[in-house]
Amino acid sequence: MATMKSRAIFVTGLWRENPVFRQILGICSALAVTNLLVNTLIMSLGLIFVTSMSNVTVSILRGVTPPRIRMMVQTLVIASYVIIVDITLKAYLPDISQALGPYVGLIITNCIIMGRCEAFARNNPVLPSLLDGIASGCGYAFVLLSVAFFREMLGFGTFFGVRVMPAAWTNWTIMVMAPGAFFMLGAFIWVVRSFGPKEEKPETAR
Amino acid sequence: MELGLSAFVIFFAAIFTNNILLTNFLGMCSFLAVSREVKSSLGLGFAVIFVMTCTSALNYLVYYHLLVPLGLEHFRFIVFIIVIAAFVQLVEMVIERSSPVLYVILGIFLPLITVNCAILGVALFMIIRNYTFLQSVAYGAGGGIGWTLAIVAMGGIRQKMRGAPVPKSLEGPGITLIIAGLMALAFIGFTGMIQIQ
Repeated sequence: MATMKSRAIFVTGLWRENPVFRQILGICSALAVTNLLVNTLIMSLGLIFVTSMSNVTVSILRGVTPPRIRMMVQTLVIASYVIIVDITLKAYLPDISQALGPYVGLIITNCIIMGRCEAFARNNPVLPSLLDGIASGCGYAFVLLSVAFFREMLGFGTFFGVRVMPAAWTNWTIMVMAPGAFFMLGAFIWVVRSFGPKEEKPETAR
Repeated sequence: MELGLSAFVIFFAAIFTNNILLTNFLGMCSFLAVSREVKSSLGLGFAVIFVMTCTSALNYLVYYHLLVPLGLEHFRFIVFIIVIAAFVQLVEMVIERSSPVLYVILGIFLPLITVNCAILGVALFMIIRNYTFLQSVAYGAGGGIGWTLAIVAMGGIRQKMRGAPVPKSLEGPGITLIIAGLMALAFIGFTGMIQIQ
């Protein structure tokens, strides 16, 4: 049972119900941090950590949380993990912490995490909740990294800071500015949705 | 951060050049969900202006007069979110009792606001940029007005677009994001006037 079910959870989180493409959650940070791949990677790792750990915690607490105040409890759980991420970043990666600015704190209001706690962890045992958290986090990370890949490539001509475009390449400055983020994500959603709602093949291809 | 930047300048900068939605991408979730028509956009917009102005003042006081003296700056995320949630709850109760008209206009939108990242974002920006009390309130009010401006404009555009032949898979969030991109492009035109960070 374990393998079948966890596989299903992963496919759902990564592709079928990808939080960004399908459910349009967590757009704020998807747009804000994607101008450089390094920032995006750190942000995604932070989000995967927070999603999975708060899913686990909410799942452990699911028997003892009165339903009335569950939103408050979930928010507090999420906020605690975000604080851990924030402190860790400040201590070990001060530059990136500076660049991400308030967006680390804004993981709290990222609807993906609250959504997963509310929809999944609240009614499921610990292990599936952990997997679900990781899967949703990875789905988010996948989208962000793809958007960031194109934005950095077109905007700076680099890949993780290493120049890959030929010298004649003119940087599309618009791509690292705000409108570029909107255009890129809009185009991405367009492409993904054109595959149709039942398309599942690309999952194995990736 | 230059010290000479007055609250007045910050107020206008938050509306136009540093529009919280179009340059900082805050509050996108409710932006995409609610901007289908002008009327509901306007309702949510007013609620955001009100809550954002008041909570930025409250959060400023709590942060500098409670957390900093106690050395608890790291807990600001938790404290801010509690302040915002409690304030929204309080406003909802007060409005329900005292002004049924206002409750009809703002009522359904208030619960949405607690999870609106723009509110928390404003609080975090004001800490990072070391604003004074007056500057913070101006930033909160300006940010709220700028957010409202963007969502109402989007509501108007989407209302007009209802009959437009948009490709099937681009409908909904896709086209909204692209329109938002065009709006952001237009707002960049203001950048030359004033700049805050």
